[in-house]
Amino acid sequence: MTAVVDAATLVRAPAEVRRARVRGIIYLILAVGTYGLLASGTEGDVIFRLGEVAGDLDWAVSSKGLATFSAAVFGFLGGWEVTRGVGRWSNVALAIALGIFAFAFLGFAAAGKSLSLVGMLDGSVKAATPIAFGALSGVMCERVAVINIGIEGMLLTGAFMGAVMGTIVGPVVGVIGAALAGGVMAAGLAVLAIKYRVDQIIAGVVINIFALGLTSFLSAQLLVENSTAFNSPGVLRPIPLPLLSDIPVLGRILFEQNIFVYAMFVIVAVLSYGLFKTRWGLRSRAVGEHPKAADTLGINVFRTRYVNVILGGMIAGLGGAYFTLGSVGAFNENMTAGRGYIGLAAMIFGRWHPVGALAAALVFGFADSLQVKLAILDSGIPSEFLLMAPYLVTIVVVAGVVGAARPPAADGQPYVKE
Amino acid sequence: MTQAPEVVEKPEGEGPPSWLERVAPRDIDWRSLVIIPSLAVLSALIVGAVFIVFTEGLDAILPAYRALFSGAFLGWSSISETLLVATPLILAGLAVALGFRAGLFNIGAEGQMTVGGLIAVIAGFSFDGLPAIVHIPLALLAGFLGGALWGFIPGLLRAKTGAHEVITTIMLNFIAFRSLDYILKLPGIQAEGRFDPISQPVLPSSRLPRILAWLPIDGAGGLRLHVGFLVALAMAWVVYWLLFKTTWGFEFRAVGANPHAAKYGGMSVTVAIILVMTLSGALAGMAGGNETLGVLGRASPGFTAAIGFDAIALALLGRSHPGGVVLSAVLFGALRAGGRTMQVQSEVGIDLIVIIQALIIVFIAAPELVRAIYRVRGGKETGQLTRGWST
Amino acid sequence: MRLELKNVTKRFPGVVANDSVDLTVNSGEIVGLLGENGAGKTTLMNILYGLYEADEGELLIDGRQVRFAGPGDAIAAGIGMVHQHFMLVPVFDVTENVVLGVEPTRGPLGHIDIDQARDDVREISSKYGLAVDPDAVVEDLPVGVQQRIEIIKVLFREAEIIVFDEPTSVLTPQEVEDFFAIVRGLKEAGKGIIFITHKLGEMLEIADRIAVLRRGKIVGEAEPGSATKENLAEMMVGRPVDLVVDKSPAQPKEVVLSVKNLVVQDERLHNAVNDVSFEVRSGEIVGIAGVQGNGQTELVEAITGLILPLAGSVMIGDQDITLASPRKLHQLDVAHVPEDRQRDGLVLSFDLVENLVLDSYYAKPYSKGIVMDWDEARRHADELIEQYDIRTPSALLTASSLSGGNQQKLIVAREFARDTRLIIASQPTRGIDVGSIEYIHQRIVEERDEGAAVLIVSSELDEVLALADRILVMYRGRIVAEVPGSEATATDLGLFMAGAGV
Repeated sequence: MTAVVDAATLVRAPAEVRRARVRGIIYLILAVGTYGLLASGTEGDVIFRLGEVAGDLDWAVSSKGLATFSAAVFGFLGGWEVTRGVGRWSNVALAIALGIFAFAFLGFAAAGKSLSLVGMLDGSVKAATPIAFGALSGVMCERVAVINIGIEGMLLTGAFMGAVMGTIVGPVVGVIGAALAGGVMAAGLAVLAIKYRVDQIIAGVVINIFALGLTSFLSAQLLVENSTAFNSPGVLRPIPLPLLSDIPVLGRILFEQNIFVYAMFVIVAVLSYGLFKTRWGLRSRAVGEHPKAADTLGINVFRTRYVNVILGGMIAGLGGAYFTLGSVGAFNENMTAGRGYIGLAAMIFGRWHPVGALAAALVFGFADSLQVKLAILDSGIPSEFLLMAPYLVTIVVVAGVVGAARPPAADGQPYVKE
Repeated sequence: MTQAPEVVEKPEGEGPPSWLERVAPRDIDWRSLVIIPSLAVLSALIVGAVFIVFTEGLDAILPAYRALFSGAFLGWSSISETLLVATPLILAGLAVALGFRAGLFNIGAEGQMTVGGLIAVIAGFSFDGLPAIVHIPLALLAGFLGGALWGFIPGLLRAKTGAHEVITTIMLNFIAFRSLDYILKLPGIQAEGRFDPISQPVLPSSRLPRILAWLPIDGAGGLRLHVGFLVALAMAWVVYWLLFKTTWGFEFRAVGANPHAAKYGGMSVTVAIILVMTLSGALAGMAGGNETLGVLGRASPGFTAAIGFDAIALALLGRSHPGGVVLSAVLFGALRAGGRTMQVQSEVGIDLIVIIQALIIVFIAAPELVRAIYRVRGGKETGQLTRGWST
Repeated sequence: MRLELKNVTKRFPGVVANDSVDLTVNSGEIVGLLGENGAGKTTLMNILYGLYEADEGELLIDGRQVRFAGPGDAIAAGIGMVHQHFMLVPVFDVTENVVLGVEPTRGPLGHIDIDQARDDVREISSKYGLAVDPDAVVEDLPVGVQQRIEIIKVLFREAEIIVFDEPTSVLTPQEVEDFFAIVRGLKEAGKGIIFITHKLGEMLEIADRIAVLRRGKIVGEAEPGSATKENLAEMMVGRPVDLVVDKSPAQPKEVVLSVKNLVVQDERLHNAVNDVSFEVRSGEIVGIAGVQGNGQTELVEAITGLILPLAGSVMIGDQDITLASPRKLHQLDVAHVPEDRQRDGLVLSFDLVENLVLDSYYAKPYSKGIVMDWDEARRHADELIEQYDIRTPSALLTASSLSGGNQQKLIVAREFARDTRLIIASQPTRGIDVGSIEYIHQRIVEERDEGAAVLIVSSELDEVLALADRILVMYRGRIVAEVPGSEATATDLGLFMAGAGV
């Protein structure tokens, strides 16, 4: 179909072009800001340590140069968006630009000092883990068109159960218990949303409020006074994979982690295969995109939703156990601090695909890790603002990305059989 | 023209759950406004009792609930406390209810309260020498504007980029809390001689006067109920008038019920979303101003005390109707005030109240569940409220 | 195979959808089920397909009683259904849609053997002459191809009895002929066919036997050889029906609507409307005919301000309204009866009063400044309900309580009761009962005679032929023909609708 449009008769720019221009202008502003704040006046080199030991594999680079490079990247992207629009690669471009900016920021904060990049990346993977579990849980649920806002509550319940069961019996039972707890919470969500057709977002918020209240109540009544009996599960040690963990740089980041991180990767692989290659996956996605069509073909929409949502809850519960059994070693009230919601943002950023969700979670994990590192470096930025970083990134992502992404078509709508 | 025959047809549009019916219904029938919520509260209390048994034992139930009840309703002091606690709940509940009516889920009341309360405090101690009659409205207005800003941001993002307000408001909550921590340590704001984050006290000319001070009860300045309660009631009336008697309200409700038809009718969905979120934030900001100017006299971290989250439950319980919100706020105020007494006088901690409140929401949001349990008949089916991720 | 429905009854609150229905279908025959919108045809078929359960009566296959707990059972028993609204997952490709629910798998994990599936699709495709590309994504395919996919789905499951529910509403007259050839081919192959339609001419052409359903009851059977459209219509509705609209010749005056070189993009950034120009004068009815999906929807949305065009201009009189909002158009006395009445035309949870001021609430007399005058609105509503014969006990019930026909009358009441300079009505009588259809057609002609310029967009060729003084045909985003109403024939228009004029 040939276009009849020429510039003379155009009455307005098409929507995509306008959005691209807005993005482009924002990029250009960022370019100026980056140069002004991070490049000018910055002296010295920053040394990124890539090896285990200082001096092993070091990468020294001028802080000013790095910041200028970042500004240039923003400028380039800005120009590209404004004139021609980047199109399908917009999200990836955003992610890359943010990544480079993060390095530039580090360079600025650590000018004249050295910092362990390996340590940071390692920290990123760790920080990404609960977010990824949350995002994967979200993917499971939303692919069958059930919005799961309750991930935060499921993480929290999982964390709690992991701590308590981990203390009473042992870490393995703790992990299993956490997954089951998440599943139970998800069953609650499923019943509310599917059977009673409660608005899914409300049902999710209810799960969160309930989980917070329940865990805080039990924590205050039981855990605080009897911490040895209930709240000292210990932390599961990292398990280095033979051979693989000796690879320089990547070895420590990917192959010397605890069971939760490995589980995360396994789940991503399993879900990707399952959703797109198996019968279960096809039917689940059909239920999410066009439940009426699935119904007319004999697929039980309700049962599919129940099963997937509960499985999703179990994934979230498992992720929750990471907080207590994989990281801190004990339960504190409200210790998830919004990671469930960030997981939802990661799911959207990753376009409802398990691999995308993982990638997005790594971006958020990096932001988190960045914030920790900056605090240590004493960069002159108040700690309160650093703590805001993941939340700001989430807003940026959700605002910049959602418009272009397509959730499963029936997302959020209860299925009504007449 | 031949007379068209009487065709008896199945009404169209009854199948899929009607949009706002459950939470923001047209007809308030007795069953749904009084009976179901009462049963929901009763059920929640029963389940709460189960939790008490589990943690403290069977004999803890009666003293706990007795303390709860007396702390909420028995005596002038209790009533004053109940209504006092209800005041910010009314305002925050109105904020959330207004959002629901337009199809928006404002979980950011906590953050909007925080910002509003902080700005109100700053207005409260910054202007020396103003008569109360000027200072109080000024400070309240400051709270209103602060909250409005914090509601405007997610509203703008939702209208222009489609970013869902559930996520953005929650993120802004966290950002507000961290900002509060930071600002409360700044030189002009931090209280003299303190090293922890706490603001200067507000000037007496900006404090909201107590309305029951003439009652000869309790030493130390008398009962704490202040003028803010009346302000809250007034705002409830204003919101009612706005929603049901004005063109703006008609637009908000139409956008909430069916944005396509709203657009067809000439309404601007974008403007409606931004306006509603801003007003919603403003109401929550007023709740913040209320707390800081009427009760606390200063701002410190966590001064919002989860009121914003309770507001969500309130709005649901009150069917997003201003009258319902007021009644529910009083109920929740009773639970909180009573809960404090319960915490002090019995061994049951105040977190139980959170569980009870969550259960109330569950039972309210799933009326069919309550009906099934108690075999109450009738009413309309539905639940669908919000729109999922897309605009 | 012999399928019998005996004494089937189904009730919903307040209405008996099917009342003691008897119907028999044998292999190798085409049984037509005729009835107007709301007569109960779809309900009956849903019972047959296992989506509903009958309150009374039984289903017999080859004399044995069967019970279907869901579509899975019906499919297993050899019943296939091609739904009126396609049941295809837009983001899946053809193969995935065909095998959904009966996927060929390999191994214990349920890995789908997609190559096998593709081969199966190709096999059926060539055997029955249904050309499709197994890897094409469904949402990119035109409606005619989507229909073929639905047929392949049914054949893949080895259906013996195939039900077609209103299959021709999305086809041009030529495509209908091709479709009938396919259906006859299926009959030759031994399938039993139930053909549901409300179009009398088609029924007479394709069916071996016709059963007429009216208000839930079978009121008669007819043989195509002896029946005429008139007796079928009378059986369908219960009284003699005027198949022609009574109207005097048009007397067009000045140009009211002027569309020039309009280009409108759809959501996937294709040019749905691709350089369209036409005019509508006061006192005439211009009808735009065309199969749904050729840009009509986007054209109307662009003219009425719901979406913004990319290029070109739209003028009312000498005012440029190309980028104007719906509000502005309302102020210029433009009335719009939208295509999707439940999505765009009404707020189902609002009551009738609120719906009747949905686009006029912002000004006097219904509001002053920011304050609404609900009393005045109520008066207005009561008046309109009376005038436009909207069947409802009260103006305070919600719009969802009205039947489809009454909902449409409500929208028409709201739009026509104002001073109107231009009326744009899109699919004005889709899915409603004959009585309401007659009524609305009459009001449209009345408005024309009072001097309004009327633009009708309809995919029902009969409606366009009956109403329009001048007919434009739209195909792939362009106007490909302009014919005076008095000279137009269905065959000619059909050719244009299929692209012959390009």
